[in-house]
Amino acid sequence: MLLSLQGVRRTFGGLAAVDDASLEVGVGEVHGLIGPNGAGKTTLLNLISGLIPPTSGAIVLDGERIDGLPSHLIAARGVTRTYQNIRLFPALSASDNVLVGAHLKRSSPLWRRMIFLPSAAAEERAARQASLELLDRVGMSERASERASNLSYGEQRRVEIARALASSPRVMLLDEPTAGMNPGEVKAIADLIRGVARAGHSVLLVEHNVKLVMDVSDRITVLDFGKVIADGTPAEVARDPAVIAAYLGGEAAA
Amino acid sequence: MSLESLQDLWLTYQSTVAFIGLNGLLALSVYTTLSCGQLSLAQAAFMAIGAYASAILTFHSGLPFAVNLAAATLLPALVAVPLGLPVLRLKGVFLAIATIGFGEVVRIFFVNLDYTNGALGLTAVPQRTSIWMIYAALSAALFVLWRIRGSRAGYALEAIREDEPAARTMGIHAARYKLAMLALGASFAGLAGALEAHYTYMVSPSTYSFTRVVDMLVYAVVGGTSVFYGPVVGATFLTALPEILREISARVGLAPGPLRLFVNGAVLLLVILFLPEGISSLPRRVRAWLRSRREAHAA
Repeated sequence: MLLSLQGVRRTFGGLAAVDDASLEVGVGEVHGLIGPNGAGKTTLLNLISGLIPPTSGAIVLDGERIDGLPSHLIAARGVTRTYQNIRLFPALSASDNVLVGAHLKRSSPLWRRMIFLPSAAAEERAARQASLELLDRVGMSERASERASNLSYGEQRRVEIARALASSPRVMLLDEPTAGMNPGEVKAIADLIRGVARAGHSVLLVEHNVKLVMDVSDRITVLDFGKVIADGTPAEVARDPAVIAAYLGGEAAA
Repeated sequence: MSLESLQDLWLTYQSTVAFIGLNGLLALSVYTTLSCGQLSLAQAAFMAIGAYASAILTFHSGLPFAVNLAAATLLPALVAVPLGLPVLRLKGVFLAIATIGFGEVVRIFFVNLDYTNGALGLTAVPQRTSIWMIYAALSAALFVLWRIRGSRAGYALEAIREDEPAARTMGIHAARYKLAMLALGASFAGLAGALEAHYTYMVSPSTYSFTRVVDMLVYAVVGGTSVFYGPVVGATFLTALPEILREISARVGLAPGPLRLFVNGAVLLLVILFLPEGISSLPRRVRAWLRSRREAHAA
C-alpha cells in the first residue's frame, strides 16, 4: 500500500474529530472518503497533509511514517492537496499559482539567476511552459494570466487541482473538488480524476457528490462521527446497512 | 545656468542626495522582510550594529574601508538568525512588538556600553563615505531584490505572504525563507548604518531609536510595497520634501518646521486613503484611467 492510516485519532478538547480511523490507498487508486457533515473528513486530510498532528496513531507513506512531520516535508515526500474552502494565492495569476505548486520539482539556485546564466532562464521557461500545460489539462489555459481572485468558483477549483498536480505528487488529496460546480464541470472533473489515477498518482477524494464518488472511486471509506463505519468497493459500500442507516438512507429510499 | 551656480546647487544639496540614497537603502531593508508578509521593526538595531562595527573597526584596525563595510553588512545578518529563529514564529502585530523590543534592547545596550562612550556615542568617526558608495550600495540592494522577483524563491516568498499554511503544503520551507529575508534586510540596514556613520562623522545611540524605524516604514508605505523599487520612490520623495518646503516657506514667509510636519502627515494620510499601493503605483493607475477614458470615448 502506498498510503496507510493506522488507528489515527485526533481530539479537540474532549471531542474526537477522528477516532481510530484506518484506511489504505494503493498506487494509482482513487479512494473515496465520504460521510455526513462533521464526520471528520477534512480533519483527516489536515492530519495527512500535516497541517495538524494526530493525537495518536500512525500515517505511513510507502513504508515511512509521516505523521507529526511539518507539512512542507510531507509535501516533499509526495503528498499535495486542494482545500474545501479554496486557498489559491489570490494576488497571483492562475499560472503563477501553478508555478508555486511546482516549487518542489524546480531546481534553480538563485545565484544562477543573479549572474544571468542562460540555464536559469531556460529552467524558468520550461517551468512556465509546464504550468501552462497543466492549466490546459484542467481546461484553464485561456485564463492563465488572470488574477486568481478574479476567477469564478469552479475555475478556482480547477486551478487548485492543477497547482496540486504541479509537483507530480504520489498522493493527491482532493477536498470537495466539485463543490459549487455545474453538472458539465463535474463530469470534466470526474474525467480528470480518472486520468490522474491512470497516470499513476493516487487520489484520496473527499466529496459530497455521492454519484461522482461512486463513479470514479476504486474503493470507498465511510466515516461517521470520526469512526470508519464501512470500507470496500462502491457496490459493497452502497449495500452496507450501517452506511445506509448513517448516510445513504435518503438516497437508498429514493 | 553657469557652471558656478551648478556647483553651488550641488554644495547645497549634496547631503540631501546622500540621505536620499541612505533612506532608500533603509526603506528596502524594511521592504525585504515585508515581501514575505513579515513586519520586522528591528531595522534600527541592525543599523546600529553595522554603524558601531564599522566605526570600531576604523578606529582600531588598519583594514581597508571596504572590509569594514563588508563586516557591517555581515554582522547584522549573523545577529538576525538567532533573533529570527524564535521571533519569526510570531505573526503580525506580535512579531512587530517582539522586534521593537529587540531594537530597544540593542539601543539601551549601546547607551550603557562604556567602550563606545555610552549615550554620547562615538564622535570624530573618519569620513570615508562618498556619495557614489551610497548609490552603489543602493543599486546592489535593488539588483538583488530585482533578481529574486520572478525566481523560484521569489514565487515562494509571494506564496508565503499570501497564505503561509497553503504555501507550506506546496513543499515551501516557509521558516527558512522568512529567516533568509530577515537576514538580508538586516544586512541592508547594517550597510546603511555604516555608510551613514562615516558620512556624518558620528555614531550615537539616539540615532537608532524607534522613531527611525517608523520613518523607514513610512518611506515603504508611501512609496508602495507591491513593487521592489517602491520604497526607494517613497524615501526619495519624503527626503526631498523638506528641502522643497524650505524653499517654499522662505518665499511665502512661513516657519518651515511646523509646515514640514503638517505636510508629512498629510502626505501619509492621502497616500493611505487614495493610493493604498503607494506613489509607485501612480503611473499604472494613470494608464488604467486613460485606457478606461479611451474606451468610454470609443463606446
